[in-house]
Amino acid sequence: MSYVLRRIASSTVVLFGVTVLTYGLIHLTPGDPARTVLAERQGRQPDEETVREFRAEQGLDDPVPVQYANWLGDALRGDLGRSYYGEGDVLDLLVAHLPNTIELAGASVLVAVAIALPAGVISAVYRDTWIDYASQIVSLLGLSMPNFWLGYLLIIGGALRLGVFPVYGAGTLAHLVLPAITLGTGMAAVLTRLVRSSLLETLEEPYVDAARSRGLAERGVVVAHALRTALLPVVTMIGLQLGAVLGGAVVVEVVFQRPGLGTLLVDAVFARDFPVIQGVTLLVGVTFVAVNLLTDLAYRRLDPRISIGGGGA
Amino acid sequence: MSVLERRGSEGRISAWFDHPTVRALRRNPSAVAGAVVVATLALLAVVGPILAPYDPNAQHLDNRLQGPSFAHPLGTDQLGRDVATRLLYGARITLGIAVLITAVRLTIGVAVGLVAGYCGGWVDETLMRVVDVLLAFPGIVLALVVAGILGPSLTNLVLALAVVGWTRYARIVRSSVLELRERPFVAASRLTGAPRRRVLRRHVLPNVAGPVVVLATLDLGGVVLAAAGLSFLGLGAQPPTPEWGTMLSTGRHHLREASWLVNAPGLAIVLAVLGTNLLGDGLRDALDPNDRTERGGQTEVTRD
Repeated sequence: MSYVLRRIASSTVVLFGVTVLTYGLIHLTPGDPARTVLAERQGRQPDEETVREFRAEQGLDDPVPVQYANWLGDALRGDLGRSYYGEGDVLDLLVAHLPNTIELAGASVLVAVAIALPAGVISAVYRDTWIDYASQIVSLLGLSMPNFWLGYLLIIGGALRLGVFPVYGAGTLAHLVLPAITLGTGMAAVLTRLVRSSLLETLEEPYVDAARSRGLAERGVVVAHALRTALLPVVTMIGLQLGAVLGGAVVVEVVFQRPGLGTLLVDAVFARDFPVIQGVTLLVGVTFVAVNLLTDLAYRRLDPRISIGGGGA
Repeated sequence: MSVLERRGSEGRISAWFDHPTVRALRRNPSAVAGAVVVATLALLAVVGPILAPYDPNAQHLDNRLQGPSFAHPLGTDQLGRDVATRLLYGARITLGIAVLITAVRLTIGVAVGLVAGYCGGWVDETLMRVVDVLLAFPGIVLALVVAGILGPSLTNLVLALAVVGWTRYARIVRSSVLELRERPFVAASRLTGAPRRRVLRRHVLPNVAGPVVVLATLDLGGVVLAAAGLSFLGLGAQPPTPEWGTMLSTGRHHLREASWLVNAPGLAIVLAVLGTNLLGDGLRDALDPNDRTERGGQTEVTRD
C-alpha cells in the first residue's frame, strides 16, 4: 500500500511542477495579453482606459507569483477562471469539449489494438517469412506517416470519392470513423512492433518450452501461455502512448474540424486566451499523470513477478 | 556521425568504410535503404535550389492548380507556383530545422546528463525533477503552447521543440555516466588528479556517444513529424515559405481539385521520416546487436 501512496505523492509533486511550468510559460513571455485581446474584441487599438480596466479585472497587475497563487487557489476550488473573450467559464468550456476528445481517443485506441494484436501475433508466429516482413514494413510506414496527411488521404478517398463518410464535424459514429483510423494508425504501428518483439521474447522462455514439451499444440502455447505475459509491456505502452494520442488528437481534430480539446487549445493559443490555455493544459497534465499512475499500478497488478506490498521500488 | 569518423582511424574514407559499425550497417539492407534515402534528401536539400527549374515564389495566376505535366512534374499550386520547385527549396527548410532542433536537444540533454551524473547530490536531484516534470506532459502539446505564446515563427518553433525534447538525452547520458564513474579506467583518471572537465571529455563523452547518436537518429524522424505538424497548425514557417508542413496546410483548401498539393509534401515528409527511422533502427542494431529491451522503447522515441 505504501508504494501506491508514494506514487500518488510523487505524481502530485510532478503535477504541481506541470502547473508552475505552464503558468510560468504563459505569463512570463513578453507581450501584453490585454492589448492583444482587446484589439481583437473591439476590432481597433484599445484606449489606455480600457486596457487598465481589463488588467485590473483580470488581476494582470499583480506580480506573476501572486497571480499564480490566486489561480492555483481558485483551481483547487474548481474555478478555472473565465475566457478573455467572454465565451464563459473555462471549466464549462472544458466540460463541453472533453467528450468529443475522449470519444476520439478511445476509438483510436480500439482501432490500434484491433490492428496491432493480430498483426503482431501473426508477425511473431510467422517470424522471418514474407508475412512478417510485410507487417513490419506496414508498421514502419504507419510510424512515418504524418497524421495530418493520412487524414486528408482518408478524406479524399473515403469522403470525397466514395462519399461514405461525412468530411467534417462530430456527433455521429460515421463522423468518428475516419478520425479514429487516422489517429489509431500511428499507435497501431507502435503496438504491432511491441507485440511482435514481446511475444518473440516470451516464446523463448523456459516455461513456454515446458508447455510445448507437454505436447500442447503451438497455437495453444501461444494463446494460453505466452500471450498473457507478452501483453504486459503492451498494457504499459498503451498508457505511455496517451501523450502521443493527446498530441495527435490536436492535429486530427483540426484536420476533421471536430470541436474538442485540441481545437479549443489551438484557437485559444492563436487568440492568446490565457485562462483557456491554462485550463486545457491543466486538464491534459492531470489526465496524463493520472493515466501513467494507473498504468504503473495496473502493470504491478497484472505481473505476478512484482508484488506491490513488498519491497516497493 | 562524428563518433564513427573518430573511431575510423585518421578519418580516411576506406578506414571509415571498414569500421565494424559501418560494416554491420552495410550488411543490413533496410539500414542501407534508410542511409540512401537520408543521403539523397540531404543532397537535395543542399543542391535543390540549383536543380529547381523555377523561382519558388514566382506566382502565375493564369496557371493555377494545374495537374502534373511535363513543364510542372508535380503540378502548380493555388498561386500558380511550381510544386516541385517548392518541394526542393522546402527540403532545406524542413530538414534543416529538424537537424537544428535535434542538435539543440542533444546539446542540452548531453550537458544536463553529464552535469547531473557527474555532480550527483542536490544538483542531480533538481535536474532530474525538472526532467520528470517535462516528461509528465505530452511534448507536442507543450511545444504547441510554447510556440503559440512566443508567436508563430520558425525560430520559435525550433525553440519550442528543442526545449520540450531534451529529456531523453539527459536520462541516457546520466545513467551512462553513473555507470562509467565506477569503471576502473575512469576512477583511475580521477585519482591521478585529472581535472573534471578532462575526465568527462576524454573518458566519459566518447563512451556515451554511441547511444546518443542512435537516439538522435531515431529522434530526427519524430522531430520532422512534430515540426511539420506544428507548421501545419500555423505555428512554424509562415506562407509563402515553402516548408513542407506549411505547403500541406495551404494545399488542404483544394483537396477536391488539386490533391497533389497535399500529397506531394505528404509523401516528402514520409520519405524523410522513413529514411531516418530505418537508419536509426539499423544503427541501434549495429552498435548494440544484443540489446533487445530497446526494441520496445525505440518506437517511443520515434513518435512523441
